[in-house]
Amino acid sequence: MADVTLTIDGQPVTVPAGTTLLKAAAQLGTAIPTICYHEHCTANGLCRMCVVEVEGQRLLQPACLVPAAEGLRVQTRSERVARSRRTIGEMLAASVDLSQAPELQAQLADYGADPERFPEAERRARPVIDDNPMYVRDYAKCILCWRCVQVCAEDAQYTFALSFDGRGYNTQIGTFFEKPLPETACVFCGQCVGVCPTNALKPKREWLLEQGQTPDEIMAQTRSGRRRKRG
Amino acid sequence: MNPADLTAITHREQEARGRHRCRVLCCSSTACLASGGGAAKDGLTRAVKLHGLEKNVQIVNTGCMGLCSLGPMMRLEAQGEPDTLYQRMTADSAHQVVDEQLVPYFQPGHTPTEAESEVGAHDFPHLRASLSQVRLGRGLDEHLLPQDMPFFTRQKKIVLARAGLIDPERIEDYIAHGGYTALAKALTQLTPEQVCAEIQASGLRGRGGAGYPTGLKWNHVRKADGPRKFVIANGDEGDPGAYMDRTLMEADPHSILEGMIIAGYAVGAQHGYLYVRGEYPVAVKRLEKAIRSAYRQGLLGDDIFGTAFSFEVDIRIGAGAFVCGEETALMASVEGQRGTPRMRPPYPAQNGLWNAPTLINNVETYGNITAILNEGAAWFAGIGTEKSKGTKIFALTGKLNHTGLIEVPMGITLREIVFEIGGGIPGGRQFKAAQTGGPSGGCIPAEHLDTPVDYESLKALGSIMGSGGLVVMDDASSMPDVAKFFMEFCVDESCGKCVPCRVGTVQMHRLLEKVTAGQGQAADLQKLENLCRLVQRTSLCGLGQSAPNPVLSTLRYFRHEYDALVANGR
Repeated sequence: MADVTLTIDGQPVTVPAGTTLLKAAAQLGTAIPTICYHEHCTANGLCRMCVVEVEGQRLLQPACLVPAAEGLRVQTRSERVARSRRTIGEMLAASVDLSQAPELQAQLADYGADPERFPEAERRARPVIDDNPMYVRDYAKCILCWRCVQVCAEDAQYTFALSFDGRGYNTQIGTFFEKPLPETACVFCGQCVGVCPTNALKPKREWLLEQGQTPDEIMAQTRSGRRRKRG
Repeated sequence: MNPADLTAITHREQEARGRHRCRVLCCSSTACLASGGGAAKDGLTRAVKLHGLEKNVQIVNTGCMGLCSLGPMMRLEAQGEPDTLYQRMTADSAHQVVDEQLVPYFQPGHTPTEAESEVGAHDFPHLRASLSQVRLGRGLDEHLLPQDMPFFTRQKKIVLARAGLIDPERIEDYIAHGGYTALAKALTQLTPEQVCAEIQASGLRGRGGAGYPTGLKWNHVRKADGPRKFVIANGDEGDPGAYMDRTLMEADPHSILEGMIIAGYAVGAQHGYLYVRGEYPVAVKRLEKAIRSAYRQGLLGDDIFGTAFSFEVDIRIGAGAFVCGEETALMASVEGQRGTPRMRPPYPAQNGLWNAPTLINNVETYGNITAILNEGAAWFAGIGTEKSKGTKIFALTGKLNHTGLIEVPMGITLREIVFEIGGGIPGGRQFKAAQTGGPSGGCIPAEHLDTPVDYESLKALGSIMGSGGLVVMDDASSMPDVAKFFMEFCVDESCGKCVPCRVGTVQMHRLLEKVTAGQGQAADLQKLENLCRLVQRTSLCGLGQSAPNPVLSTLRYFRHEYDALVANGR
């Protein structure tokens, strides 16, 4: 494919046409913060953290989706961009428990976000779902980046065990008819746990350790579980 | 089917019409059915039977006649008489119409009027008095509706020309009113390029609200490469108070279908989808019937009008998500996915349904196509303003004396719509604002009543043309409350995909609740305004990008109301 030359933060850069602004900026060593974006997932541009200013465009554009084009002039950290990222971070912090999302915490700090700016929001308080021996789902920590649903589907596993439930503010990742995972198509491949950015999905062992159990206690449980199954 | 068959069907229809001296048209749109139109029609049918007039009086179900607030409506067409319009009909009043008007009309001794003599009234020696001479019993005069009301005379009907006059469930009735001649003309006399050029020359713009030039869009899809292409009609109307599309689909489904088939020919598509929201069962039923009868007549399917052009149409029913009116979410829904929008570009014209080039227009846009092809682009371009051509349908609701469905030429002023067609504000109250464009639009205050209604002027005022909802508010309405109402709507209808819309609408709604409850502070207003700008510029789709509009527009014109709430509480 033909190359195009564009300007990012005043620096010219030449990339193959179709390269996203995110990757073009990376080529210059400019890091654009992302949340929902993952190297191996289809980009959806839904967290809006990576928005940048593209000259001539009324709205801010998601860098993870917008392809580089000849002559494009992009600003990755204008005043408008910085303010938007800060507010998006603040809104996320107001609605979700980000305590175990270090990357996100760093972004919030970088943009001077005040996590308490939107005190009116009610946090999504959901009980932890512990319905299988492999991993737990703590959707109070879920920022709805969609990665788990995507790797469960066409981005990796083609299992389609995970899906969406509800809409708007009440959207949640779930299984069909809220069935426990062992009753779904889930094969416990662990792809979803691997891509989760906030520890909403967590290996069961890690979770049990956090609950104060010792490795021996955990092993004892699995041993008795296996014995029950054999007997 | 060949073009001559259309003429044959028209002749048969006219003959059948001539056998009945009298027709009573009963509005059977959702609005009139909800106010008791079914019972009124049953009463009419019983009374006609009772007097043995079935052979003379034909009772027809039609679509919307317009004045929905005065429904159920009926229209009496008696040969040699001016049409009579009735309002607020019941079974009893329908009985009265038969007893006091139809029975005397068919009595021996009726002196034929001049017009009747012309049509051969000697065939009907039993006619007695002219309808206007019949003395009406107590009560029936209250049901008469003058047809010279500004509500009717100030309108210009192109898309709704047949609404209320034909039976939407009979393709023959549509054909007898000039239906499918535009399709015949397009297929047999015009190339796809010529059809697109004609639409482009007409200046028609998208009636879903954004106003993109229709001809341009058609050309984009026509020129796009792809082994298959699709045509979609968007009938997923959902703005609060808006029911233009529903009414059009109920009143004249074939005009939409014909527009779609022509579009399919023009852009080179083989398949069309009519996307209708699930809350519109009557519209779905009539569209299904329209599609079936079009197939039966050979107007859908293979080799239409003997040409090499084949076209299929299917209905897809929405499942109650407002966001599915957004074109990319709509296409996801048609594909069977969760109805969430995606980033544009790529636009549907390049990459649409199942990644194929897709033409997607509002149903009202398709409703304009037949008239443009029949009457010519120049005729259409002669109506309206410099940049907004033709007419627009509005659902006129709120604090008005006459609410209902209207079609007006572009460029008419808001004042004419509100005070002439709508009959002004009831209860001696003052006009305060008109809200257009629903949750994506804004309000227009009294000082801008003389603004012409067109895409650019409304945008300049901070509102939008929108799909055609027009809600009028009087001086008793609190504008922060109005903004809160629309924000609540957006909270409910946000799909939850992108963060600004999912969380931002909730935050804005909370702040509005606080302010309208009198617990807000100046800093809250500042925060609200900042949030509005953020959601506007960072949301993924049109729903989020426009969700703050009602707040921003009420802040622009009615800031003092917000300030008063903040200063004084409530």
